[in-house]
Amino acid sequence: MNPFSYTRSGTLENAVTEIARDRRAKFIAGGTNLIDLMKENVTRPSRLIDINHLSLNKIEETDNGGLRIGALVTNSDVAYHPQITRRYPLLASAILAGASHQLRNMATTGGNLLQRTRCSYFYDITTACNKREPGTGCSAINGFNRMHAILGASEECIATHPSDMCVALMVLDAVVQVTSNRGARAIPFAEFHRLPGDAPQIDTNLQPDEIITSVDLPGEGFAGNHSYLKVRDRASYAFALVSVAAALTLEGGVIKEARIALGGVAHKPWRNAEAEALLKGKPAGQDNFRKAAEALLSGARGFGHNNFKIELAKRAIPRALKQAAAGTPQSQTIKKVL
Amino acid sequence: MNNKSGVETAGNVSTSLPPKSWITLKINGAERHLEIAPWTILLDALRNLLDLTGTKKGCDHGQCGACTVLIDGKPINSCLTLAIMHDGAEVTTIEGIAKGDALHPVQQAFIEHDAFQCGYCTPGQICSAVGLLNAGKLRTPDDIRELMSGNICRCGAYPNIVAAIEQAMQSEGSAAQ
Ligand SMILES: Cc1cc2nc3c(=O)[nH]c(=O)nc-3n(C[C@H](O)[C@H](O)[C@H](O)COP(=O)(O)OP(=O)(O)OC[C@H]3O[C@@H](n4cnc5c(N)ncnc54)[C@H](O)[C@@H]3O)c2cc1C
Ligand code: SF4
Ligand code: FES
Ligand code: FES
Repeated sequence: MNPFSYTRSGTLENAVTEIARDRRAKFIAGGTNLIDLMKENVTRPSRLIDINHLSLNKIEETDNGGLRIGALVTNSDVAYHPQITRRYPLLASAILAGASHQLRNMATTGGNLLQRTRCSYFYDITTACNKREPGTGCSAINGFNRMHAILGASEECIATHPSDMCVALMVLDAVVQVTSNRGARAIPFAEFHRLPGDAPQIDTNLQPDEIITSVDLPGEGFAGNHSYLKVRDRASYAFALVSVAAALTLEGGVIKEARIALGGVAHKPWRNAEAEALLKGKPAGQDNFRKAAEALLSGARGFGHNNFKIELAKRAIPRALKQAAAGTPQSQTIKKVL
Repeated sequence: MNNKSGVETAGNVSTSLPPKSWITLKINGAERHLEIAPWTILLDALRNLLDLTGTKKGCDHGQCGACTVLIDGKPINSCLTLAIMHDGAEVTTIEGIAKGDALHPVQQAFIEHDAFQCGYCTPGQICSAVGLLNAGKLRTPDDIRELMSGNICRCGAYPNIVAAIEQAMQSEGSAAQ
């Protein structure tokens, strides 16, 4: 790890002033992604600004009937919070499907959004990687790409975003609140992460001088009909090959509203309005679920080792929708998929 | 290259290493003062500066759980955090789990169930289980299997590890009644 200097910020004003002063400085929250990347010399900040003492660690009700999750609330504290488990069980489930309890005790809400890809070439500084060093090429596209994207990739980068929590936040239409010296703004979740295009070094639309202050959840939590189904190489403590967050509003067996997001398949949590529209007003049954899955995977492309993910996603989507419709969400403790 | 003032010079650009600072950690009940660089990892501070070598380094990347310690009662991976971030915190390592000569029920259960072979993962397994039990997160054997998945055992002692923690869970449950 390269030497760096360290400061602790006590106020939001101080944190945004410090980050604006030094282009090579970085915030540190839980540290579970940043320190890992620093150990590998993938990230070499000159200075770390420790934000753990800012008062961004509360979960509060918002005026519009939703919840505001402070950027520093740990993944564990979100997943076990009574309001979250009661009103937003899909979010709790997605969080508990990720990492380990030790990591979730450290990882924060803001840090989870900004975790970087687990592409092994990105982590290996002896290889070419456009995300790590723009212009050097993508080692994965003709290399080992079993974990890589099948949707929304570019010739420059086929990496996936590894978060589980973000897949649920995408379905819930969360809003990311950010601030800087220039003022505060709200970013709808669907616009927070970006596709790689010709600038794969940029993961999100957050500006370098901005800090995430909270993630806001709207009132509707789909507590009745939801499921988070994560398919991976081992039953726990592994990143997703494909994951599905499904949420439905039903009226008698008919779908009033359907929302589906996929994890592990693209540079951002993947949603498709057309696929969701296909389900509106239709009976909640396997035929319709399969049609939605086909629509979600339209334009999907494999790069060799990851071709299987296309069929895997096409099967996982109807399964998650079936679990959601039946009101029997996937358990993150008992791994049998019903 | 170092000059007399300890300042590294590269061409005409001179850079000095960021300074060390003093922090206080309450480790296993005792206050310890440490002078550390910002980049000192908590795991390395425990093992190399404080000689608390019970906490193990397996992967050094959050992938195995061998380095699990409790910070303010919560299990975390000490390989992925900076010591300097925990100035003023309470750290419990495997050396602080027993009460004097009285083993913690989880430690006792590990012995009774032969829940290890080489023992390298064991300090992490025990700290992880103690933290989960204290937080009331273990109620069934399935909970144990899922929530202990952050502690890898290369020897594959898993069935005995689950049995040991189940025993501790039950004795804690009956003690609470
Ligand atoms: C072995 C392992 C397995 C894992 N498995 C999973 C998994 O299965 N599923 C999953 O979803 N995740 C998984 N993770 C990833 C984990 O969830 C993330 O590392 C974690 O959520 C990052 O949060 P943090 O607070 O530790 O971020 P940090 O490491 O502190 O920060 C990450 C980035 O965010 C920036 N940052 C942090 N907070 C803010 C803020 N408020 N405003 C602006 N910038 C900020 C930092 O500057 C840094 O660039 C795993 C991690 C490991 C090590
Ligand atoms: S997929 Fe993206 S992150 Fe991986 S090697 Fe290619 S450019 Fe780098
Ligand atoms: S050494 Fe920390 S998790 Fe492996
Ligand atoms: S007892 Fe050897 S690694 Fe677990």
